[in-house]
Amino acid sequence: MVSLRTPLRSLAQAPRRFYSGAPTPAAKLNLPIDYKTTPILHHTSSSLSNTSEYPAGATSKRLNLYQAINSALRTALSKSDRTIVFGEDVGFGGVFRCSMDLQTEFGSDRVFNTPLTEQGIAGFAIGAAAEGMKPIAEIQFADYVFPAFDQIVNEAAKFRYREGATGINVGGLVIRMPCGAVGHGALYHSQSPESLFAHIPGLRVVMPRSPAQAKGLLLSSIFEHNDPVVFMEPKILYRAAVEYVPNEYYTIPLSKAEVIKPGEDLTIISYGQPLYMCSSAISAIEKTMPGVSVELIDLRTIYPWDRQTVINSVKKTGRAVVVHESMINYGVGAEVASTIQDSAFLRLEAPVKRVAGWSTHTGLSYEQFILPDVARTYDAIKQTLEY
Amino acid sequence: MSLKLLTRNGLRSQPINTARIVPARRWSSSISQRPGSDSVRFPGAVNSKFTSEMAFLKASDLPAIPTYRVMDSDGYQVDKTRPAPNVTNEEVLTWYKNMLSVSVMDVVMFEAQRQGRLSFYMVSAGEEGITVGSAAALTPDDVVFAQYREAGVFQQRGFTLKNFMSQLFANCNDTGRGRNMPVHYGQNYPRMHTISSPLATQIPQAAGAAYALKLQDLQNPNRDPRIVACYFGEGAASEGDFHAALNIAATRSCPVVFICRNNGYAISTPTLEQYRGDGIASRGVGYGIDTIRVDGNDVFAVNEAMKEARRLALSDGGRPVLIEAMSYRVSHHSTSDDSFAYRARVEVEDWKRRDNPIIRLRKWLENQGIWSEDQEKETRDAMRKAVLKEFGEAENEKKPSLRDAFTDVYEEITEEQREQMAELKRILETYPDEYDVRPYKDGINGLD
Repeated sequence: MVSLRTPLRSLAQAPRRFYSGAPTPAAKLNLPIDYKTTPILHHTSSSLSNTSEYPAGATSKRLNLYQAINSALRTALSKSDRTIVFGEDVGFGGVFRCSMDLQTEFGSDRVFNTPLTEQGIAGFAIGAAAEGMKPIAEIQFADYVFPAFDQIVNEAAKFRYREGATGINVGGLVIRMPCGAVGHGALYHSQSPESLFAHIPGLRVVMPRSPAQAKGLLLSSIFEHNDPVVFMEPKILYRAAVEYVPNEYYTIPLSKAEVIKPGEDLTIISYGQPLYMCSSAISAIEKTMPGVSVELIDLRTIYPWDRQTVINSVKKTGRAVVVHESMINYGVGAEVASTIQDSAFLRLEAPVKRVAGWSTHTGLSYEQFILPDVARTYDAIKQTLEY
Repeated sequence: MSLKLLTRNGLRSQPINTARIVPARRWSSSISQRPGSDSVRFPGAVNSKFTSEMAFLKASDLPAIPTYRVMDSDGYQVDKTRPAPNVTNEEVLTWYKNMLSVSVMDVVMFEAQRQGRLSFYMVSAGEEGITVGSAAALTPDDVVFAQYREAGVFQQRGFTLKNFMSQLFANCNDTGRGRNMPVHYGQNYPRMHTISSPLATQIPQAAGAAYALKLQDLQNPNRDPRIVACYFGEGAASEGDFHAALNIAATRSCPVVFICRNNGYAISTPTLEQYRGDGIASRGVGYGIDTIRVDGNDVFAVNEAMKEARRLALSDGGRPVLIEAMSYRVSHHSTSDDSFAYRARVEVEDWKRRDNPIIRLRKWLENQGIWSEDQEKETRDAMRKAVLKEFGEAENEKKPSLRDAFTDVYEEITEEQREQMAELKRILETYPDEYDVRPYKDGINGLD
């Protein structure tokens, strides 16, 4: 809640306003993402039911990301009495509305406000999980998770390892947090600290790209895995991304990447919001370089990650670009590029390129120049193809 | 047990040459009980009497800490037998104008945010008395760590309208170099550290800063001793940093005054879900810190408490003091918040009508015959014009140089950043239609 725990509800509103400079009217690449037409989202219920991961013949409904999270939380609370949902301002629905109406439906014993203390929230969740509950804790912004770092890194991640033969673990524990930039969040409402958590064995780190993905991945985190999960939600998508989402319970496996667009000549590996930029950059490149086709992979789980899907793709295409929003230094791109280099060196036609945030903080006036955009992604694809 | 004894003996055998800055040791020459003693000499509780009656302390049985006030809600002195507040009419008028100026700016900027002319804003409606009244008790050499609702502290300590507007519009005159969200003001002298969004992080920093001032002032006895004033809300006091700060400030006897603005809400969370004790003040006592609760709508009470707190903080080698200033957040949390989603409009309107630091001080001034309806109107009009003038100028000013996206991460730009700046420049030159660099000082050349 910080601070600006600013329940920056406006932070979740599209279209993105540029308080940090805007493209010129002649722009062809850095246009606002058109979430109504992007191929990343299921704009019809039939496109959803053609996808094998979603339940066949299920009814579905158009939801944005916060509504899909809300639907997943409602499903989880209905499915198991052991599920509890809590965090700062969660009672009235949360500053991004993800827990809307849940307190009314399930009561304030299972859906409740906590005092303003992230270390307390994380520790409380770990204790509850250790005693058999399925706690879903909300940290109001990923930027504010750091007081909880000790609990997450030293306790949640090491719990099973430390307990050993007692068999006690914190399976069922999910720590959700909105992350990523939105155009005006500056230093403390923009961060994406996934690589910090991905460095810690014992945690599963997940970032969904869309509403339907989010529901399946979140339910999977709660019910299908007995490991603590850090679940990061790109907050710019809360209202912007709308698609058909199955009404019923379904899960999408963790640690399994998805090829969301097949291609032959180059592989882009990304996750979360930048996938939309990658998709725009790919359409642009496939128009300007006829005959070229680019494969797009969504990692979905950042760690432990699906190395095989990525390696198989790069062995086929021979070229790879990794795109993520957070800083390039010691980022997810470094791990992915290094793994590709290890396992597909002889198939590579060009160095693996990284498109990511520069090695600085997200200064308000400079966001557009610091974070990756369609033009930079386009340029990286072009350079890698022409290498 | 034996480990503790060893440590203690080891410590005791060392000469203590920092006696001036170290509080009295808790342990006496012997930790054993004297025969027949009626009190405990445990090292962790030195003056506790033995009792054979088993009784748990019940928080609800203790009387609530009283709230200090000087002036009632009609602008009259409550206790007619005490002397009038020790402030000149001129000073009080300055306070009033500073409170009013913040309030006028809040109205303009809140509306400007609604029109999309700035990305974000937070008003401090209802808390102007706390910030202005307390800041008025500081010297320019004192250091401030604030949270984000303390525009009145900045105003009282010389932050100009141009300073406010430059920060709000993140232009090239902003000391924060266009990097921070609106209302994250900062100033080198009188020093007010630039606001940081994460909650409560400033509280232990304030203790450390106060310790630094104390050591420096001991080393240079010719200068007037300084304190640190640290502001935060009652929600932030739930963070671990708050508890760490009070405890470390007490153990190191730091000259710091902690000022908690208890306005009843942390975004949507009311105090009943934030804590169950007697406000924040009761915690100060637990940490061995001199504590007072004041009526935050009473600028005289706040100012008197702060003056005395400052004196206490500098007495006996220094010590922390806690002030809990009570108010009601009559505003939304921020421009991103609609508080009527979690509280009744009537509750807010009721508070607005019932009590407000500005209206209360205005009544006082009118009762003293030093303020009138005409002066009020003239002053408000002049302030609004001044705000709009600086608004217009700040909005049209250039943004800082693109270089400042990379500077100040380290003392010097790193070799890696230099390469990134060159790469960014290449991208901007290759795709000129995709970026508008004209608003930035020096345009693309800022990256050279």
